[in-house]
This record gives sequence, structure tokens and C-alpha cells, in this order.
Amino acid sequence: MNVITKMLCSFLSWIDARFPLTKLWNEHLAKYYAPKNFNFWYFFGSLALLVLVIQIVTGIWLTMNYKPSAEHAFASVEYIMRDVEWGWWIRYMHSTGSSAFFIVIYLHMFRALLYGSFKKPRELLWLTGMFIYLTLMAEAFFGYLLPWGQMSYWAAQVITSLFGAIPVVGEDLALWIRGDYVVSDVTLNRFFSFHVIAMPLVLLGLVFVHIIALHEVGSNNPDGIEIKKHKDANGIPLDGIPFHPYYTVKDIYGVVIFLIVFSLVIFYYPELHGFFLEHANFVPANPLSTPEHIVPAWYFTPYYAILRAIPDKFGGLVAMGFAVILFFFLPWLDRSPVKSIRYRGWFYRIALTAFVISFLFLGWLGMQVATPLYTWLARIFSVIYFLFFLLMPFYTRRDNDKPVPERVTMP
Amino acid sequence: MKKVILFICLFPLLTSVVHATSNGTNSYNIEVDLTDTKSLQRGARIFINYCLSCHSASYMRYNRLGKDLGISEQTLKENFMFGTDKSGETMKIAMKPSESKVFFGVSPPDLSVIARARGADWLYSYFLSFYSDPSRPFGVNNLQFKDTAMPHVLWELQGFQRPVYNTVTRGDGSSVKVIEGLETGSPGKLSPQEYEETVYDLVNFLVYLSEPVKLKREKIGIWVIIYLLVLLPVAYKLKKEYWRDVK
Repeated sequence: MNVITKMLCSFLSWIDARFPLTKLWNEHLAKYYAPKNFNFWYFFGSLALLVLVIQIVTGIWLTMNYKPSAEHAFASVEYIMRDVEWGWWIRYMHSTGSSAFFIVIYLHMFRALLYGSFKKPRELLWLTGMFIYLTLMAEAFFGYLLPWGQMSYWAAQVITSLFGAIPVVGEDLALWIRGDYVVSDVTLNRFFSFHVIAMPLVLLGLVFVHIIALHEVGSNNPDGIEIKKHKDANGIPLDGIPFHPYYTVKDIYGVVIFLIVFSLVIFYYPELHGFFLEHANFVPANPLSTPEHIVPAWYFTPYYAILRAIPDKFGGLVAMGFAVILFFFLPWLDRSPVKSIRYRGWFYRIALTAFVISFLFLGWLGMQVATPLYTWLARIFSVIYFLFFLLMPFYTRRDNDKPVPERVTMP
Repeated sequence: MKKVILFICLFPLLTSVVHATSNGTNSYNIEVDLTDTKSLQRGARIFINYCLSCHSASYMRYNRLGKDLGISEQTLKENFMFGTDKSGETMKIAMKPSESKVFFGVSPPDLSVIARARGADWLYSYFLSFYSDPSRPFGVNNLQFKDTAMPHVLWELQGFQRPVYNTVTRGDGSSVKVIEGLETGSPGKLSPQEYEETVYDLVNFLVYLSEPVKLKREKIGIWVIIYLLVLLPVAYKLKKEYWRDVK
């Protein structure tokens, strides 16, 4: 036994002399000190990483049998569902995974809004996260065309033609993106390329940068207190615990809970009543027949509602763009000295509640057929959505924040 | 922990609420039963006899059908396969889309995943809602799918239904005739109840056809979830054990 241990140790030092294996392990896991008071909301970072891995692995296997051509795409998906061994399981993991990715990311972002994780010194962490969110939206949009069902086709048609609303260059830009006058085989081929190569590559790069940035500044926590302010004689934060093993075992617990919900969907509700797999997408794409009711996937519907709320097409596009872009400015819009909602005053609490309600309502409205009443509701909620950001410098500056304790509190 | 449990408990509730609101405008509801193999076999017979000459099911293989529905290769070849000789082939048809477009005005859609596109309730309502309408090319119309291009293929089983009109006075004083319901015009080979059972079998089969793996995935799912439920307390205890010294 002793001999084996010795051999392993000398092997490790052989590697360490050539590659910083032990150093990486320590810096990012065994000696990365995370605050000890993480709660439920802190599961979603590691879960996002898990879903990313699920999407990449299932994506590789789907690509083995999928055919990116207008003639064969729909049939090849059914081939995967029926003739490929476990193909249905791989596909349901991927289709459910895309929705799970957005659920996890939205909860992860909401956590940042709750505890002020975007605030100084984590501005770059927040910005890289926002770039991940943008890339994820592009990745989902490109992937949505691939099954080549009616909803795939017409959603891509609607979104690409939105670019046509941009003055002067719009029409040419839309043509350039599609590679054709309408969404066609050419579009499908390039979207496939973006979906399996370009976007995943960017996504992985950004996730790497995001984690490096996180480990440089250190994690925030539900109290919004910098644990690095209070260190012991060895320079270890008093309120910090090593990520491994404490948070690895905690995250395993989170992963099991996630997998239970995830498996319930995969094995019992893979369509989730049309939210994860739309009914209209079981009809092959037909450029000559427009479905009665075109809606984007649920994770885009809040923005879609904002787009439709504005009568002018270009104006709607600008509003939709701003609705996403405004998130980037949060670190500078928020003027409160306090990070966590626990010690924030009522202004921010009310503003965040109103924002979440309008985001959810806009998401619901974006799925409905636009009636005059719904359009007006969408306008009201869009205004609340934008005011959350635009008035933030004013209401956070004069908020009745509470005193923040010196040390973290355990749940 | 409490929040997590709450979330898990709320999840099925969320999906059932969604389900309740998405039922829309079907005149009949059906509870399909994919474990009823006899019903699926009868449905397959009706499908092959009545549907599979204009409609294809080109993603479905005959031998998969045989295997899933407990039909032997011999019976499959004698009673289910016409025009094809290899049981590994998919359920294609001889009619070309270009021809059928001339015959019907639209080429009949492939039915492999029709139940996932339309839903079982829609299909059930569709087959029960044909009625005589001399203004239509095939003499029939449909309450579920207005001005459908499809003839009433099952007419010899059901016979023909007649619309029952009711006069409704609109807000502006004008009155319109609306169809209130359907009644038997000329009876077919089957009684109305037998016809409903036949349509039930057919829709049951179409639901199976749209996702042959459905029963299997639900069976596997139980074991996956049982495994995870066993793993859950283990993971929780492991976390507790490690975290004992964190104060």
C-alpha cells in the first residue's frame, strides 16, 4: 500500500512539474473558500453547468443521426424517436434540457437580483454572465429551427424578418442572415452550423471566463457581505469553507433533486402540454401554410410581448433589444450601498417584486393571441419592466436600507 | 429543504393547471389506454383498412407494430401488410402526393405523428362529427374541422348524420341558423355505440402510432425516479455528515 501511495505521489509531482494540476485543484476546489451561508438559490450555478454538460453530450449523440436538410430533417428526428436505440431518451433530454437551461439561468439571475451579486466588485462577473445569457438565447433560437416543424419554421421566419425592420440595411441584413428570401434549406444548414459549432464554442469560452472571474473575486452570499474582510492568521476567510468537499456534497444533493424533476418531465411530460415541445411542431414545415398562432418558445415570450406591445415594428425591435441590454447596466444603475435584499429598504423590495410580476405576466401574455386588452396589459407591464431599470438610480439612492452586520448569518 | 419540497410538490400542480386550460374547443373527450393491446390491434386493422391508402405513416415500421402490439410475423404479413412484402419497411402508400392533390385538393397528411399535432380529443371529435352537407365535394362536412377535404371514409360503419339546426337571434335583431347537434340520418353497419367504440380503438391506435415508445418510457421512468428517490436521502445524509463541523 505504501509503495502504491509513494508511486502516485511521485506521479503527481511529475505532472505538477509540467502542468499546474494540484494548483488548479486547490485554487478552484479544495482551497477556494466560499461563504458558509449559501441557501437554496445557490444551487443554480452548478445546475447550469450540469445542464450545459447534458446538452453537449446529448447534442453530440443527436448530431450522429440528425440530417440538416429541409427534405430529411423532420424525418430524421422521427427516426431518432423510433429507430435509434434510446434515441427518444437522448432527444427528450435535449429538448427538456433547453427549457431546463433557461429555468435554471433565470433563477440564477434572479438570485443575483436578490442578493446584489452584480454589484461591485462583481461587475465583470455579471457582464460575462449576461454574455452567456445572450449566447444561450442565440443557441436556443438556432436549435429551435432544426426539428423543421411548422413552429420551428415560422418562428425562424418571424424572427429573421424582424431584422428587416431596421432602417436602410434591414432587408439586406435579413437576406444575409437567412441566405435566402425566405427560411429555407440554406438557412437550416447555417443554423445547424451555428447551433453545433459556433455558439457552443462561444458558450464554453464564456463559461470558463465566468468561473475564472467568480474565483478571482469570490462568491457573494445571501447576506451580501464580503467574507474576505475578516480573515484568520492564515489568510483564510473566517466565514469561508472550502468549496470541496462542502459545496460539492451539497451540490450533489441539489443535483439529485434537479434530476428528479428533470426525469419527471422526460419520462412523463416530455411535451409539458406544449410548452417544451409545441403541438404545431409535429407538423412538418410548410412554407405555403402559416400556422394560425405563431409563438416563440416560452423562454422568449416576455420579450415577444414587449415587441408586440409597441405598434411600430422597428420601435418594438428597439424596445425588445433594450429589455435585454438594460440588464448589462445593473451594476451602475444600482446606487445602494447594500447588496442583499435582507438589508435593503422597501423601495427596492417593491421594485423587484413589481419587476418579477411584470416579467412573468409578459411571459404569459407573449403566449396569447394579441387582443386589445392583452396588448394594453403588455404595455402596462412593459412600462413597469423598464421603470425597474430606469428609476433604479433614484429609488436605490434614497432607500431606507438597514444596517448590514459584520459577519454572515447561518440559515 | 422546505422550499425544495414545496417546489417538488407544486410542480405536478403547475402542469395540471396548464392541462386544464389547454383543452380548448373539442366537442368530445377521450381517455386513451395504451395498455389495451386488443383495442390497439383493432385500431391498427381499421387504420390499415380505411386510412392507409390515402394517408401514409412513413415513420412507422410494420415489424415495430407487430412487436409492440403482439402480432406475429405471419399474421402481420397476412392481415396487415398489403402491397409491401418486407416487414422492416415503413407504412408508405402507392398514391403520389401530386395525384392525391388533384383528387382531394390537398394531399392527405402523413399520420405518423398526427395525434401529437392534433391531440386525441380532436381526432375523436373529428371522427364523430361528420355530417351530410350536399354543398361539399364529397357530400360531407365536419363540425370539428370545417370544410374538411376528407370524405367520410367510415360512412359504411357509421352511416350518415344529419345536422340539427337551431335559429339564434343575434344582437342586431337578425337571425341565423346554427348547427346545434347531429342526429342519425341513414344508419350504417354499426350501432352508434359500436361506432364510438371503433373510433375509440382507431384514436387509441393513432396515439400509439405517434409515439410507439410511450408505454416503455413511462415504465422505465418509474425505476429512474425510484432510484433517484433512494439516492436523495443518501445525498442529504452525506451533506449533513460533512457539514456537521460548519458552525
